[in-house]
Amino acid sequence: MEVLTQPFPKAPDPQPVQKVLVIVSKGTLEDVYAGLIMANGALMEGMEAKMFFTFFGLEAIRKDRQDHLHTATVGNPAFMQKLPTMVAGLPGFEAFASTMMRKEMDKLDIPPVSEFMEMIVAGGGEIYGCKLAVDMFKIEEDEFIDDLAGVITVGDMYALAAGDATQIIFI
Amino acid sequence: MTLTIDSVPVEVNDEGYFLRPEQWTLDMAHEMARSVGIELTEKHIEILHYLRNRYFEDTPLTLRRVGKSGLVTIKEFYGLFPGGPLKVSSRIAGIPKPASCV
Repeated sequence: MEVLTQPFPKAPDPQPVQKVLVIVSKGTLEDVYAGLIMANGALMEGMEAKMFFTFFGLEAIRKDRQDHLHTATVGNPAFMQKLPTMVAGLPGFEAFASTMMRKEMDKLDIPPVSEFMEMIVAGGGEIYGCKLAVDMFKIEEDEFIDDLAGVITVGDMYALAAGDATQIIFI
Repeated sequence: MTLTIDSVPVEVNDEGYFLRPEQWTLDMAHEMARSVGIELTEKHIEILHYLRNRYFEDTPLTLRRVGKSGLVTIKEFYGLFPGGPLKVSSRIAGIPKPASCV
């Protein structure tokens, strides 16, 4: 019987992630920021980053809406646990809470969505919209940010993720 | 661990960041930059000093703050220090890796 002197050969070093494709399908403040922070963080680490906004995520690439995103105060059990849902649903409450949250973020040097996207594009990141969702919501091209790299199909989106060291992140 | 940069032994962590930023000299910066394919220009050096000044003032460094410093735009910063501007420039500036997500 052959005796293995090294029964467990050393695993090769894992290949580092070289590219991320971040898909943002939601339009809440926290979901959009999660996507932006991960894409920007990838660029800061020297990776490539692409972003694909679909469905309610399209709110984040609409010029007049991107800096006014809300966080849900109703139907969000993690938001101020002791606050009664009836109160959280009062008119204006969600807007107020969202403004407060944006202020807190600014203190941590987290930029508004528009500025964050400018940073990502400056770092070589690319931002795309989903064609199907754009058609469905009937959004005109001039409503989108000037930095938008294109409105593309899901097939085009997968092409953006080409490479064997790419990670796709869905939010 | 100890690394010899510009013939001086320097204490660095396992990612190559200085453990004692006061050991840093500009000659070391030139040598470290060359090892990652960067030839330091006046602009690079201005940025290195900016980063070191912020570090010694205990101001947390973020990409956004560098972009607002008036020294460089974020796009230029990426161009000057390819491969992750804030981390590459901080290593060359002899300061710890900024613990920043933005």
